[in-house]
Amino acid sequence: MEKFEKITGVAAPMPLINIDTDMIIPKLFLKTIKRSGLGVHLFDEMRYNDDGSEKPDFVLNQPAYRNAEIIVAGDNFGCGSSREHAPWAIKDFGVKCVISTSFADIFFNNCFKNGILPIVLPQEQVDLLMKDAEKGANARMTVDLEAQEITTSDGEVVKFDVDAFKKQCLLEGLDDIGLTLKKADSIASYETMSASARPWV
Amino acid sequence: MTAPKTLYDKIWDAHVITEDDDGTSLLYIDRHLVHEVTSPQAFEGLRDAGRKVHAPDKTIAVPDHNVPTTLDRAGGIISNEESRIQLEALDKNARDFGVHYYPVDDVRQGIVHIVGPEQGWTLPGMTVVCGDSHTATHGAFGALAHGIGTSEVEHVLATQTLIQQKSKNMKVEITGKLRPGVTAKDVTLAVIGATGTAGGTGYVIEYCGQVIRDMSMEGRMTVCNMAIEGGARAGLIAPDETTFEYVKGRPHAPKGAEWEMALEWWKTLFTDDDAHFDKVLVLKGEDIAPVVTWGTSPEDVLPITASVPAPEDFEGGKVDAAARSLEYMGLTAGTKLTDIPINTVFIGSCTNGRIEDLRAVAEIVKGKKVADGVRALIVPGSGLVRAQAEEEGLGEIFTEAGFEWRLAGCSMCLAMNDDQLAPGDRSASTSNRNFEGRQGKGGRTHLVSPVMAAAAAITGHLTDVREML
Ligand code: SF4
Repeated sequence: MEKFEKITGVAAPMPLINIDTDMIIPKLFLKTIKRSGLGVHLFDEMRYNDDGSEKPDFVLNQPAYRNAEIIVAGDNFGCGSSREHAPWAIKDFGVKCVISTSFADIFFNNCFKNGILPIVLPQEQVDLLMKDAEKGANARMTVDLEAQEITTSDGEVVKFDVDAFKKQCLLEGLDDIGLTLKKADSIASYETMSASARPWV
Repeated sequence: MTAPKTLYDKIWDAHVITEDDDGTSLLYIDRHLVHEVTSPQAFEGLRDAGRKVHAPDKTIAVPDHNVPTTLDRAGGIISNEESRIQLEALDKNARDFGVHYYPVDDVRQGIVHIVGPEQGWTLPGMTVVCGDSHTATHGAFGALAHGIGTSEVEHVLATQTLIQQKSKNMKVEITGKLRPGVTAKDVTLAVIGATGTAGGTGYVIEYCGQVIRDMSMEGRMTVCNMAIEGGARAGLIAPDETTFEYVKGRPHAPKGAEWEMALEWWKTLFTDDDAHFDKVLVLKGEDIAPVVTWGTSPEDVLPITASVPAPEDFEGGKVDAAARSLEYMGLTAGTKLTDIPINTVFIGSCTNGRIEDLRAVAEIVKGKKVADGVRALIVPGSGLVRAQAEEEGLGEIFTEAGFEWRLAGCSMCLAMNDDQLAPGDRSASTSNRNFEGRQGKGGRTHLVSPVMAAAAAITGHLTDVREML
């Protein structure tokens, strides 16, 4: 997995609440058996007309936000399905960090597995960052994972929390499976114990 | 004396392999269900790393999302090339890695969350995961069951474990009794209406109370199925005689001495008196009416007797969201819900595709006809549900009433297959999501119970089923 340390980039404002996984990547695109190439379909129905042309009003179609690396979003971002295609599409588009007051549980986890940092902040601070994001391409925000700090284009600093283990994995680009396999002995002894305590499992 | 525990605490504790100082735990997974949409990249990952499936015996694969549900599918007709590739990938992966597998032409094939319980794979006290958010369904058995992403699917395939942080405990109690015409679907929608789609975020919900105790396993599965729509990681119901009765004799349920041993443990799986819940919601069964959704979020719930709300009825971010929903749904504030015409009815999905659902539908539609201009589909949740319905004569009732009576699969629940709403179509659906485009681009979905869907099919508009009882 790619390491996440510090990014400085344009943040796209998406104040809509309950942005669900069907909006992020409609099921039409779930038929792929690959992880890559989904970025062009990110937010497909909001982003394109039926004839495939772009909807000029949609934030990521506006010149200022075409290269956004951060999304500042309304409450409950990523609700709905468990499809990892949602973070894959976000990542493939080039976004590495999403900021909101809340995230759906599975989506939140899926982000970390793909080198995306989801940041939860109180409403007030999300509002502040939303305003900053609305300023467009010249307003670049910095997200520093090591320091757990976001710096707005005006130099204002917002601190954020992140789970220590998840932070470490992102910073070092660690692969979960590799880490878990180091505990193979513990897994094996659990299995021995469980085979006698709950043999029907 | 040990501190009192919730049901969730007990199942969690029984599955922790290791726990770090910050609470990050390695959890053992008893059952891993796999379907074709969220698994190809995970199997590819295993192959790339030269890894095997750690416990193929605990892994069950079944295709459901993409499979056609038309009667001619036996001929192998899958119109969409990409769907075919995905189904073939599952077929190859299941065989190469040696997991339990129910291919499309097996009578036991069906929606993964219906097949698991039906075959006795899902048992009380287990941890069950699947690359699908509606894994919550299995919580009806008192199993800790939740959806995972594809990276986690790969993790479970490779290690039979999951790295998890424990959620908080939430209790949802439904007291008293349900009134006639009110079903498990109305209960679960009413709960989401009360909590909102993010109300359960960070929690595992235990559903309890007299209404839940009185419910069949089918009803309990409907309730837990939509725990995820309330944002919860999982829904749980303590196992009891109803559960044991359902499980007993299923192909993969324990037998003989192991059954007795299992039963002994299962009977300890309940929340201790005085156990702590971080959040509690109590609803009275008598207060719940048949409900319908008006918007594009499952929290947009109203009793069928109500009218379409106006954006001003809401606060905060919901004002804009409601305006957007109403526009998408093509609805005007103040319209009585029962005046909304529909042109499609979809009865099926892992929420409501079980035999009890079909029986309830048959009662309503027997001897009647689907309204002119309405396309109505009934899609059983598994091949065995279909066979049972045939045996009971339900299939005939459906066809005579003018329903399309299909083979098992996810069908129009998510429109990854040929069953889709066209732009502007309006459907009464027994599925679980009314998101924009969920049932087909531009399609409009009203979530309802099976009997409410049946009633709408007959009248051609959203209908209070109580008038037809
Ligand atoms: S029936 Fe619908 S909700 Fe259930 S597994 Fe299939 S697509 Fe998902």
